[in-house]
Amino acid sequence: MGSLHHLREETFELVRVLDPDGNLVGEPAPDLTDEKLLEFYRWMVFARLFDERCLNLQRQGRMGTYAPLSGQEAAQVGSAFALQAEDWVFPSYREHAVTMIHGLPMENVLLYWMGREEGNQIPPDVNVFTVAVPIATQIPHAVGAAWAAKIRGDRRAFIVYFGDGATSEGDFHEGCNFAGVFKVPLVFFCQNNQFAISVPLHRQTASETIAQKAVAYGFPGVRVDGNDVLAVYKVTKEALDRARAGEGPTLIEAVTYRFGPHTTADDPTRYRAREELEEWRERRDPITRMRRFLTARGLLDEEADRAIAEEARQRIAAAVRTVEQKPKAPPESIFDYVYAQLPWNLQEQRRELLEELGRAGATEAGGTAALGARSSGTNAAAGSPAGGMNAAAPGAQGRQGGGR
Amino acid sequence: MAKLTIVQAVADALRTEMELDERVVVLGEDVGVNGGVFRATEGLYERFGENRVIDTPLAESGIVGAAIGMAIYGLRPVAEIQFEGFMAPAFDQIVNHAARIRTRSRGRFTCPLVIRAPWGGGIRAPEHHSDSPEDWFIHQPGLKVVIPSTPYDTKGLLIAAIRDPDPVIFFEPKRIYRAFRQEVPEEAYTVPIGRARTVREGRDVAIFTWGAMVRIVEEAAEELAGRGIECEIVDLRTLSPVDVDAIVAAVQKTGRALVVHEAPKTGGFGAEIVALINERALLHLEAPVYRVAGFDTPMPLFHLEDYYLPNKQRVIKGVERVLNF
Repeated sequence: MGSLHHLREETFELVRVLDPDGNLVGEPAPDLTDEKLLEFYRWMVFARLFDERCLNLQRQGRMGTYAPLSGQEAAQVGSAFALQAEDWVFPSYREHAVTMIHGLPMENVLLYWMGREEGNQIPPDVNVFTVAVPIATQIPHAVGAAWAAKIRGDRRAFIVYFGDGATSEGDFHEGCNFAGVFKVPLVFFCQNNQFAISVPLHRQTASETIAQKAVAYGFPGVRVDGNDVLAVYKVTKEALDRARAGEGPTLIEAVTYRFGPHTTADDPTRYRAREELEEWRERRDPITRMRRFLTARGLLDEEADRAIAEEARQRIAAAVRTVEQKPKAPPESIFDYVYAQLPWNLQEQRRELLEELGRAGATEAGGTAALGARSSGTNAAAGSPAGGMNAAAPGAQGRQGGGR
Repeated sequence: MAKLTIVQAVADALRTEMELDERVVVLGEDVGVNGGVFRATEGLYERFGENRVIDTPLAESGIVGAAIGMAIYGLRPVAEIQFEGFMAPAFDQIVNHAARIRTRSRGRFTCPLVIRAPWGGGIRAPEHHSDSPEDWFIHQPGLKVVIPSTPYDTKGLLIAAIRDPDPVIFFEPKRIYRAFRQEVPEEAYTVPIGRARTVREGRDVAIFTWGAMVRIVEEAAEELAGRGIECEIVDLRTLSPVDVDAIVAAVQKTGRALVVHEAPKTGGFGAEIVALINERALLHLEAPVYRVAGFDTPMPLFHLEDYYLPNKQRVIKGVERVLNF
């Protein structure tokens, strides 16, 4: 028992730069400019307001089921800012702030949750993979991509996001095991928000921490205060640097709390004590913590704070307007991307749909031709826009959507 | 040209394509130093090294999931699942991800992945080593399903599968891995995915089949020929997308048809072929299309395996039934 206690207390103690009152404690603060510190804050406020707007849109029937992130802003913003533009992000379905910071336009996120496939079409210069809904399944993908980068000699890091529930899945274990064995340049980033829908952490695992699971796979595990944006930035940057230096994977457990439901289809009052929620919301809100820190440093006052929120609201409103004004996608587009070349059965079914729509005789081209249809049995996919992850283009120059 | 068995043709296809395309990597359990439990990857490890012929931990979902990541990052992975029955742990990754990545990302990301597995019964193997699960994958849009029956087709189809821009499930009929040899060109060549092969011409009845059953049907046809009954045998080779034109043409020619497969009958691909014939060639039919198939039971252990698998007599009875309707 003594040694286990030692492991938890010594190796997996919570890394913290700011205490809940915004005072510097423990770890030395990362070396960041005032402007960067304010940018962290701006993104956290933006993420909270984006989340509130999406919940609101869902209640009005203008958005489908949505997975809110409120409470997890520091975990997402801190880790996303640690990335370099050429690094790759493999999200689950809750990392809206991460993906937008890494360059995904806000319109994509809105479109996706409004049930439109276009949202999943990541712009070619943005190194973000599409949303994974089944739990933990994106972990082996990230391992494979990082492994391929290593085999190809690319010097870049990968990060994969998942929740505490994902650590119960076989794919988490298989992914960690592969990553450890093959020493791939990947950071496993667990946002431990305490609940997998309704099931609390102690029902997911008998481990004292999630970070300590890394021991089993032969690489470092770090436990960080997930509501402390500076601490999250610091540990993630170290882990990404390790990955880039060829030192292999790291598991980060960001200890945080989801303020809202798992998704808009869920009612958290059935499984969560009000006092617990209040404790996290009143005492440990990541945005309040950063606000106090910035205010004490003289970087923020009430007026500037209001301006930050107002600017965010305007950006969000403009994006919602743009997205809602988009014309409906053509129904026959459901056939466009199933295969590189449309097989006969899909061609027939596409024709049937066009007839049903009163558009018989419309072009057979569809999106497949637009993709630059390739016959099977050629190697043409090499370097073509639709082939591979396009990561072959080194550097992934520039980014869209108001990243950094 | 060398005379190769099917399993040698697999190794030859991998070697040929790996030499031409450095993005091709092979991964799975025991594929490296050991050369695969059936020796389907024999010699590759020595030739291409541990970065291209990768012995992985024993974890099917991990193998396929990681191979998906490799494929989207620009490699051309060929993942081996040691036996078809062990594809179940990788099923989530295959149907929920490999098959859907192109659609989900609207073409931004693609998954040019081949998953190979020895397939089917008849080799006296333990449980989960003799199944015929092609129907799991035929029903999933976004996948292609290929099952060769000759060494020549094996090499050509496997190279076509590796070059295919979409995920291909490549099942190898292990019962005939070493049953016979055939001349196979040394250089790379492809056999197109989606095209059937007419194994034998005949005017009386068309038999549609694939994999190890092709040999069984040929034996039956030989015996029937002695009685003056001429069978046309169509080896479908690709089950998804299937060669519907070849099916319709053979039915139009013969007016009678039989489907032979070793997978369980209910909901099997034979039913799909019957439906296609109904939709496209009903008025050419002189009799209902029958199916000779495996029973709707789990594949028995090998003591009773021969009673499960369709044999020559069952095929002959099926043909007689179609002819005597």
